[in-house]
Amino acid sequence: MDLSNINPILLVASIMISATPILLAAIGEMVVEKSGVLNLGVEGMMITGAVIGFIVAINTGAPLLGFVTAAMAGAVLSLSFGVLTQVFLSNQVATGLGLTLVGLGLSSLLGKPYEGMKTVTLPKLDIPILSDLPVVGRMFFSHDIMVYISLGIVIAVWAFLKFTRAGLILRAVGESHESAHALGYKVIRVRLAAIMFGGACAGLGGAYLSLVRVPQWTEGMTAGAGWIALAIVVFASWRAGRVLVGAYLFGGITVLQLNLQAAGLTWGVQYLSMSPYLITILVLVFISSNRKRSSHDAPANLGQTFHATR
Amino acid sequence: MIRRTLLATAAAAATLAAAPAFAQDPLEACFVYVGPIGDGGWTYQHHQGALAVKEEYGDAVNIRWQESVPEGADAERVITQMAISGCDIIFTTSFGYMDATNTVAAKFPDVKFEHATGYKREHPNVSTYNARFYEGRAVVGHIAGKMTETNKIGYIASFPIPEVIMGINSYYHHAKMANPDVELVVTWAYTWFDPAKEADAARAMLDQGVDVITAHTDSTAPLAEIAKEGGSAWGFGQASDMAAFTTNDDGTPGPRVASIIDEWSPYYVKRVGALMDGTYEQVDSWAGMPEGEVVIGEMNDAIPEDVKAEAQAMIDAITAGEYHPFTGPINKQDGSAWLAEGETADDGTLLGMNFYIEGITGDIPN
Repeated sequence: MDLSNINPILLVASIMISATPILLAAIGEMVVEKSGVLNLGVEGMMITGAVIGFIVAINTGAPLLGFVTAAMAGAVLSLSFGVLTQVFLSNQVATGLGLTLVGLGLSSLLGKPYEGMKTVTLPKLDIPILSDLPVVGRMFFSHDIMVYISLGIVIAVWAFLKFTRAGLILRAVGESHESAHALGYKVIRVRLAAIMFGGACAGLGGAYLSLVRVPQWTEGMTAGAGWIALAIVVFASWRAGRVLVGAYLFGGITVLQLNLQAAGLTWGVQYLSMSPYLITILVLVFISSNRKRSSHDAPANLGQTFHATR
Repeated sequence: MIRRTLLATAAAAATLAAAPAFAQDPLEACFVYVGPIGDGGWTYQHHQGALAVKEEYGDAVNIRWQESVPEGADAERVITQMAISGCDIIFTTSFGYMDATNTVAAKFPDVKFEHATGYKREHPNVSTYNARFYEGRAVVGHIAGKMTETNKIGYIASFPIPEVIMGINSYYHHAKMANPDVELVVTWAYTWFDPAKEADAARAMLDQGVDVITAHTDSTAPLAEIAKEGGSAWGFGQASDMAAFTTNDDGTPGPRVASIIDEWSPYYVKRVGALMDGTYEQVDSWAGMPEGEVVIGEMNDAIPEDVKAEAQAMIDAITAGEYHPFTGPINKQDGSAWLAEGETADDGTLLGMNFYIEGITGDIPN
């Protein structure tokens, strides 16, 4: 084993790239859950975003336009979930799982003609001064624009929930939809907006996979990233800052274990490979074993249907 | 719904019963795929084989297939459904279908079953077939050894099973013979198909100075990742030709310098033909370059002419049966003797291979 082969600068740089899709999906899902809705369809919205973004980028040659359409596609798909669960009061868990299946099927249908094609990818930004700094320049300041947009979204979500009135309303809806309703807030509208935001973020995350990280379209290419995003939200106990940490940790472990292998470490690689999932299970057990803690962290009305006449 | 399916099945059975009256009825050849045809690799190649059967026999054959069939209980259901609905021969094209294939075969003695890459033939109507992929690894190993500038070559491995270990050993052995200073880096992805992870694995190796990578996973993601290096690193098409990566969009040479193609067509055509003319027998087939089942895709101009000629000479020698990629002297990793001078590996050892050869660092995970 020769750990000196691992270049920490390149390692951090590739962790940031590797974590961006799950970060985007997770921050969107966090907002959805903050409003009291559990959408298990993240995987389906991600892969739909991946295929739509790819198709648009191929046909127009503009990857950024691909991202925009991917976000819209994710939002539209999530709206179907929103209408079913908020207007027709269907079960959120079942509908969310259905959304995943629909997304997987739809994407493979739409993507058939685009398999094996290559797309223009996003250029790496060359930020004056910052990119030229030694070490940190290569680490943090020479990525493509989506990496910074994803970080921007995290900060915006944090500020929105913490400092704005609208954020307070969204949290109120998630904590007690009855009270929010009694105060005159439009519970269903707030939730639909949150669901669409979550869908758009998941779509962006998917498009990042197909347009930057891989970059190509292959059926089923998200390969479970949506589920990891869901786990990160719980792991982060519904806080934006911790979602960032969680996503970079999860992305980081994958990249780190591959780097350790490439450097010659063979022992314990499987354990490192499964550690993100193990950590998720442990966190879930820990959270659910302590009722006080869980009621403190999770939005109180998470996953419950709301009807104004009840 | 169930009643309709029942009726349809009954109708199918009735047609089947009436079938012998029409000797010219087309033969039904059915295929079970583990992934989507569009994976650009493993399943795509099996489907090319199926299409070759149709091309060869025209109206005398009908082909049917089912994509993305999970290994396990679903596979048994799909195979049973195929057997009921009149398939005469069923090709199950993934290792994980092994038990399901044998279970269904017991219930349908008149249907022929062909299982790819497995070893169980519990009933007279079950045959197995595989390809000698290590012959292809030998050729790309030679190219890798000659082309690396950093003397570090990489192998993205899927799971620690004999087929993969065979590939790693063959790749390294021939790279080492071409370039004694070469060092092999193996990363285990623990998946057959996860484009993002495959790309990450390629990235990790590239970041550590590896400049020639071969993959034992199913997608084209590693090649796409290598392409980002812009001409300072190289890779190979895996299972399928992956010709899209031969040149970049701007016309510069792409990352794919050659490829190992699984060519199932000769076997499929032969087996379906044998079934039609009555010469069909149970077999355990393990064919390679001589039979045209393992093919090296076109070698790019990025490979120097002399290396190309050497690689071609090796292909010719293997095809003619004059050279076995595992010809001694080869020692095991711990230095103990495996093959003596001039000795070649027997199939039994290869099929159960669970050790690295001398010179490879690291352990095989278990």
